[in-house]
Amino acid sequence: MQAFDTHTGLAVPLDRVNVDTDQIIPKQYLKSIKRTGFGDYLFDAWRFHDQGDIGMTRNERQINHRFALNLPAYQGASVLLARDNFGCGSSREHAVWALLEYGIRVVLAPSFADIFYGNCFKNGLLPVVLGEAEIDTLFGLAAEGLNLTVDLPNQQVVVKDGHSFGFEIAAGLKEKMLSGMDDIALSLQHRELITTFENKHRTAQPWLFDRQPQQ
Amino acid sequence: MEMANQGMTLYDKIWAAHEVGERVDGNNLLYIDLQLLHEVTSPQAFEGLQLNKRPLWRVDANLATPDHNVPTQDREKGLDGITDLIALEQVVTLDENCRDFGVRQFDILDQRQGIVHVVGPEQGATLPGMTIVCGDSHTSTHGAFAALAQGVGTSEVEHVMATQCLVQNKAKNFAVMVHGALADGVSAKDLILAIIGKLGTAGATGYTIEYMGETIRNLSMEGRMTLCNMSIEAGARAGLVAVDEVTLEYVAGRPFSPTGVLWDQAEAYWRTLKSDADAHFDSRLEIDAAGIVPQVTWGTSPEMVTGVDGVVPDPDDFADSVQRESAGHALKYMDLEPGTAITDIQLDRIFIGSCTNARIEDLRAAAGVIKGKTLAPNIKEALVVPGSGLVKAQAEEEGLAKIFVDAGFQWRAAGCSMCLGMNPDRVGPGEHCASTSNRNFEGRQGHGGRTHLVSPATAAASAIAGHFVDVRGW
Ligand code: SF4
Repeated sequence: MQAFDTHTGLAVPLDRVNVDTDQIIPKQYLKSIKRTGFGDYLFDAWRFHDQGDIGMTRNERQINHRFALNLPAYQGASVLLARDNFGCGSSREHAVWALLEYGIRVVLAPSFADIFYGNCFKNGLLPVVLGEAEIDTLFGLAAEGLNLTVDLPNQQVVVKDGHSFGFEIAAGLKEKMLSGMDDIALSLQHRELITTFENKHRTAQPWLFDRQPQQ
Repeated sequence: MEMANQGMTLYDKIWAAHEVGERVDGNNLLYIDLQLLHEVTSPQAFEGLQLNKRPLWRVDANLATPDHNVPTQDREKGLDGITDLIALEQVVTLDENCRDFGVRQFDILDQRQGIVHVVGPEQGATLPGMTIVCGDSHTSTHGAFAALAQGVGTSEVEHVMATQCLVQNKAKNFAVMVHGALADGVSAKDLILAIIGKLGTAGATGYTIEYMGETIRNLSMEGRMTLCNMSIEAGARAGLVAVDEVTLEYVAGRPFSPTGVLWDQAEAYWRTLKSDADAHFDSRLEIDAAGIVPQVTWGTSPEMVTGVDGVVPDPDDFADSVQRESAGHALKYMDLEPGTAITDIQLDRIFIGSCTNARIEDLRAAAGVIKGKTLAPNIKEALVVPGSGLVKAQAEEEGLAKIFVDAGFQWRAAGCSMCLGMNPDRVGPGEHCASTSNRNFEGRQGHGGRTHLVSPATAAASAIAGHFVDVRGW
């Protein structure tokens, strides 16, 4: 997982509430066996007029030129500005993978759905919760083209013209993003703890180990 | 924190027996005894291991079978019977991963293949007191054995593969206490639908449910599995039933169950797997089983459910504005008018299957109500999809398959099938389907399809009538 320290990038506004994970990445793409290859289908039903399917490339698609991500002004955006309850619906982690692969590193919103919020930290996407009024201000600025800096160590969103907003984040999650350490690496640091437990468990419930079918 | 002399719930006990300890970030590690794998949520996890050159922590704690998108026809052709190339790639990838990592798999041609949540218990892979995970939210099924069984996401699948642990903090305890006897024709499916109707789909979010009371004690293991299966539809990640004689009798003699001295040792421990009399539950719900009638869902969420003797509700009757709005939206999708008698809803398709209701007792209940009868002419298709190859074989031996076929049902090979419509079995746009599965979301069984969740007996009898019927008077 990519570590996150400070990121500066262009913000693209997505002015809708309750954006669910099926809108972020529709279910026809879940048949893929890879963790990659979803970026081209991010917000598929909004970015394109036609119904897409796995394997289709951008050139084959009917692009919706009015959708924010397709506007020339927002090409290369790496910060997504969103509204309430972003990422609700199915728990699919593909939603986070699609955003990252498209190039998004930060999502700013007044609130996030629980599971989506957790999935972000498993993959290195930073979800930042700001107040409604602050988000409104950013939407206003983004209409004109907004480059902003998200400073995780100092928990600040810094806008070029001098505005800056503080944000809250749980210490453990912040640490995880800063180190870029994935959950597995972190758990494997406790290898001894796990092994000690396992040995004790094997003694207590030996029937759960080395099981072979009878018959 | 448990007080020193406060009794423990069943969940507290299983949790305590698997608590590894705290990570540096303050999160808890919970040891996992068994991970069930299938073709849809495992490929990225295996890929992650390969990319990071990590081995499986414990190969023998994994068991795999393809189920979500295997076709239910032409099974004897094996992989060649899969016409959807993307589905084929997933099934082949599972084969390859299991081979490369040494994981035991019941593959597409193995008679033991089936829906993971049917296969685990059937093989004795699921045992009391275990912790079980699977990348599928209906893993809660295994809670019927007093096993803490939970659905997990793809990252968590990989995490358990690599560390044998789940990063998790403890949930709260919810007691669902059921008294009285279920009426004839009323099954565990009707009971759980009624419970979800009372709790709502988020009613138990953040909790582990324990189903208790004499009604539960009188259910068979298969009935208890149906019950625990749908705990997730009430928002709980896991549901549990305490161990009793019924549990032990079911587990004994299965291929992966312990034998001899190990069995004696296991049995002694398993008998302790029940909540103490003075255990503390954070929430409780009391249900009178005698008052439950066969249930039918009318909307696009499992909580939108009523008795078969009822009518489609009027959205305006909901006090809560969000509920009113979603009921209105659901009725539009389902194309149902408020006030319509449930028994007047005409059906196009019937699906008897899924990890909720595709075990032998389910098939017996369904076959029992249709013997010697035939499908109503308006039913375009009625599918019976057994939960595993072994259930299929047993049903054929008992003559159930013949009863279905004679009545005009299609008798298929094991898999998830029309439960989620990832394989070719789907409900068409605008069609009403009586289904024994667990989710009636928009488009779940096929684009534009309209799902009504019911018990196997209700689905079967309604196939004969062409509309919903009350099996109590059937
Ligand atoms: S039968 Fe349906 S709910 Fe059960 S595991 Fe398969 S897809 Fe999931």
